[in-house]
Amino acid sequence: MLWIQVLVNGLALGGLYACIAAGFSLVWGVLNIINILHGSLIVLGGYLAFFAHQQFGVSPFVLAPFAGAATFLIGFALQRFVVNPVMGRPVLITLVLTFGLNLFLDNAMLATFKADYRKINLQPPLGVAEFGNIIVPIDRIYATAEGLALVGALWLLLRFTQLGRAIVAVRMDRDAAALMGINVSWTYAIAFGLGTFMAGASGALLAAIFPISPVSSSGYLGKAFVICVLGGLGSIPGVVLGGFVLGVIESFGALALGPENALTISFVLLLILLVVKPTGLLGRKGFA
Amino acid sequence: MLRLASTAAMYATLAVAWNIVGGFCGYPSFATAAFFGLGAYVGGVSLSHGVPLYVAWIGAGLATATFAAALGLAILHLRGHYFAIGSLVIADVLREITTTWTSLTGGGMGLNVPLLAGGPEVQARLVLTAMLAVAIAAWLTSLWIARARLGVALRCIEQNEDAAQVIGVDTSAAKIAAFTISSLFVGTVGAIYASWVNYIDPTDVYDVSLSVKPIIMAMLGGVGTLGGPVIGAIAFLGLEELIWRNSLEFHAGILGLLVVALVLFLPGGLRDLQGRGAWHWLTAVIRRRPR
Repeated sequence: MLWIQVLVNGLALGGLYACIAAGFSLVWGVLNIINILHGSLIVLGGYLAFFAHQQFGVSPFVLAPFAGAATFLIGFALQRFVVNPVMGRPVLITLVLTFGLNLFLDNAMLATFKADYRKINLQPPLGVAEFGNIIVPIDRIYATAEGLALVGALWLLLRFTQLGRAIVAVRMDRDAAALMGINVSWTYAIAFGLGTFMAGASGALLAAIFPISPVSSSGYLGKAFVICVLGGLGSIPGVVLGGFVLGVIESFGALALGPENALTISFVLLLILLVVKPTGLLGRKGFA
Repeated sequence: MLRLASTAAMYATLAVAWNIVGGFCGYPSFATAAFFGLGAYVGGVSLSHGVPLYVAWIGAGLATATFAAALGLAILHLRGHYFAIGSLVIADVLREITTTWTSLTGGGMGLNVPLLAGGPEVQARLVLTAMLAVAIAAWLTSLWIARARLGVALRCIEQNEDAAQVIGVDTSAAKIAAFTISSLFVGTVGAIYASWVNYIDPTDVYDVSLSVKPIIMAMLGGVGTLGGPVIGAIAFLGLEELIWRNSLEFHAGILGLLVVALVLFLPGGLRDLQGRGAWHWLTAVIRRRPR
């Protein structure tokens, strides 16, 4: 029974993990930029949810899309004014640029919110759901379901709207897309904004179940990396699969080696994957 | 003053060593912190087990280089973003291993490294001499590499790796050689740092900013040039001191803004600034790329 309980624990995180990684994967796949800022924006989304809950009693599950909208604006503006000038430059340049932004935002949050861990205490508590001997906290079910719903919405947006087709077109061939009348730089900015939307929204969901602190941003960034490589870059179904796989591996790893090693396990997993199969489980070629 | 000079030599070593992989070869390596931390711990642990000072320092360098050679075999076939991530997480993995292996490393509590002999003045001089010696050795090595066959191979890889392979360059051997040589100096400097500060802990010596600072220094001076990393390191140290003095609370934030400004406005580093007189000489030095 313990095994099933651990499996369920892992699955109950998977949707949330997919949500963490989806925006990161989108930015990486479309703009060919590794957005080191992603982890900080997740934490920022978490703080928005925390303060909204503290001041106005808004549930983080209600707030998540609004936190996402706020970070969308930040991401959109950042891409327009800071990231766009270095589009298409070597990896080193774009990586160092987003690292600088990350350093700034992390430090700004550290100075504003302090390093204390904060946790939303939902009133009344949601309690747990019991299925026979299996116990699942309801807040985790909500978070994972909403995370999956957001990823699904992103997938629908990319697949069935004109904007989504434009984003995919720009990813495939920006010059041809420009010839077809697509405004490439706006499309980039919107794609980047969508990535930061997912970061902010998943941060709000995270804050409902985990304590948040500015120092935890790199951990979330690391998870996003692992999930992307696990699932394969540029594939939304891959992100969902990667999220669930990571959730399950982490909860079994925590059972075997203790919870403090969860991040190490995922990093070791990442290294092995990079060496053995960098294209991931559902990855496509051409995203180097 | 001695402290600043030692730090300058340490930074210069890190920047020059990074430049061998990141500049000559064009591989965005974020493994500097991993090598620095590994060197610091190998040096610190062997010193606390009674190994003589110089043996411990050089041994730490060699151990780091061995590790880097093995690591290179595994991750140097990756390119672009994948290589950057692969090299970035090495430090995290090593940090966690160090934290968990309490019996050997003292775990998260850190490790006390035996004091150097002599008074504070003598110690400081010894550290400065050692740091300078490594910095000069690193720079001479990079000069040698730039003129040797290895340098040609590395620059071919930087231009177009597939083409380099086609014309008969053994690209993986060249990449691993560059990675190993670069890590040798970083590891040695890490060990010297450990006996300099007498106390190391995992979050300190595996700090990700140790991976990023050398890149910023090299970018400031000019990536892929010979003199650039050294001048960049000194310029960076000056800026860092200024920022630290004026803003203890928010120094990392200002550093972040500085990085963004550097990438946006001076992508080629200080050599983008044209000048006259001494300034002209300086930019000319930075400009000089290895032939």
